[in-house]
Amino acid sequence: MYRLNRFLRQLPAQILLLVFTLIWSYPFIWIISSSFKSQSEMFLGGINIIPKEPTLDNFVRAWDLANFYQYFFNSVIVTASVVLLVLVLTSMAGYALGRGSMPGKKLIMTMLVMSMFLPKGFTILPLFELIVGLGFNNTLMGVILAESGPSKIVSILLFVGYFASLPKEMEESATIDGAGYFRMFFSIMLPLSKPILGTVTIFSFIGAWNAFFVPLTFTLSKPSLRTLGVGMYNFFGTNSVDWTGLAAGAVMSVVPIIIVFLFLQRYFIEGLAGSIKG
Amino acid sequence: MGYGTPQQSIPASAGKAPLSKRAELFKQIKKHRYHYLFVLPMLVFFAAFTLWPMIASWYYSFFNWDGIGWPTDFIGLGNFREVASDPGFWNAFMNTFLFALTHVLIQMPLALIVAVILNNQFLSGRNVYRLLLFVPVISTTAVIGVIFSILLNPLGGAINEMLLGTGLINEPINFLGSTALALPTLLAVSVWKSFGTPMIYWLAGLQTIPGELFEAAKIDGASKVQSFFRITVPMLAPIGLVITLLTFINNLDPFDLVRTMTEGGPVKATDVVQTYIFRYAFEPESGSSRYGFASAAGILFSLAVLVVVIIQALTGKYARRSGTKGA
Repeated sequence: MYRLNRFLRQLPAQILLLVFTLIWSYPFIWIISSSFKSQSEMFLGGINIIPKEPTLDNFVRAWDLANFYQYFFNSVIVTASVVLLVLVLTSMAGYALGRGSMPGKKLIMTMLVMSMFLPKGFTILPLFELIVGLGFNNTLMGVILAESGPSKIVSILLFVGYFASLPKEMEESATIDGAGYFRMFFSIMLPLSKPILGTVTIFSFIGAWNAFFVPLTFTLSKPSLRTLGVGMYNFFGTNSVDWTGLAAGAVMSVVPIIIVFLFLQRYFIEGLAGSIKG
Repeated sequence: MGYGTPQQSIPASAGKAPLSKRAELFKQIKKHRYHYLFVLPMLVFFAAFTLWPMIASWYYSFFNWDGIGWPTDFIGLGNFREVASDPGFWNAFMNTFLFALTHVLIQMPLALIVAVILNNQFLSGRNVYRLLLFVPVISTTAVIGVIFSILLNPLGGAINEMLLGTGLINEPINFLGSTALALPTLLAVSVWKSFGTPMIYWLAGLQTIPGELFEAAKIDGASKVQSFFRITVPMLAPIGLVITLLTFINNLDPFDLVRTMTEGGPVKATDVVQTYIFRYAFEPESGSSRYGFASAAGILFSLAVLVVVIIQALTGKYARRSGTKGA
């Protein structure tokens, strides 16, 4: 009875929100519904949400003929490598900078923070030159390095802040128990930093999965290395009338990220919310 | 330190004190050797992928260089002068700032209203609403761009079909093909796409307001609208400044959306700095790449952004100081 009352009182707000969210989600509803429609149904028009004769043709066509299998695996490899690389680099650096007071620590911290604000110019060109110089042009390695290399400063600072906040006694007692530097980091400190690991993972996952500019630039002359975003763009460029196929491609690129997000959304929301308090 | 000491004592202490200092430093460095080992990979990446590209970008900007070989044709500030006198650059420049500004002026207030509604703890389904409004943020921008190009298509695109169906329009609208409508359309899609971010910011901000304030206001007979303007808005003001800055910076790079939806067209109506630079660097209309020119354009743009950020930060500082003075 109480719940019903509450619901009735909320009714205006509920209706407002429901309409708003439905309109807001329409593009996603369209993607999913169109990916199951036949091409002829799409051409005959109509904005029915439920397909008349649901079919999986679009997925088969996008996967095989439009090379989405390749794009998908490229995206998986790039994203997994970027996340791993960023986690290793930022957590180790964050630990070293957060604990103890090594000479030069201040200098490094100042340099990192300054680089966030200094005008960067158009850094993709030197980055491109560097990747070519390293011999990684037209390889996935080039995309991975260019994507994980720059601007992970916020992640480093998150780890620095977290490790600095842990009590000193923890290290002391671990040292007494005979743990060395590496043991200390990998089996005590790193597992403790789970919230930061979660935040950095989800942010770099989303960043790498959705990347467009870097993979576009680095795969201009090598189509087989395209990631999903770039592949979708090229599919649209060469076959702009295959709307149902494009919808299937969109499902393949959007659904995985939503699933990952559902698992890690707590860390993501907390990370975002933290950025306005910090 | 030693400025005030008599002359003759300098040779004696100069030879000795630095040595023990250096010895102390070495001891410290040795003690922290593993720390250095742990920072090293990050520093190598930082030097290679952040520091060097920044320095090189500045260096390139002083050369007339097509990207082949090493830059040799030094032209001083020639590129900067050319960028600054190109109406095409300023067109792209204004469009880019318009993107950021639209998000601040339209997206932020709209997100605040939704956040206030969602902040009600007893609202059923608030987590579902929050999630659904947030999904566009985590979706691939390039994919969203392609999908909206289809939805907005004048020949059978769903949005035109719906507008025709309701009788609001008699002829399909060519949203992306018209110089007048293309930019507002892109802005609308962009506001839709990143709406969830300021919503989360505001929700976090709302959580900092103690609930007792609203209860007290309610007892005093304040309406919901009154307590919004008298409690919520003033309490959120300091965090609002931070959110403004973040929203502004977050939306200064609309490359993915512009590239996939209009490629800067029609007739450069939606050109932004990033597509402008990309064109000069990788798809030059003149036939040969202009790396130096592209770098100069990038530097000019980021200097302008820096100025805006400094102004905003100073305003925030000033507002906070006068705020505490008043209290």
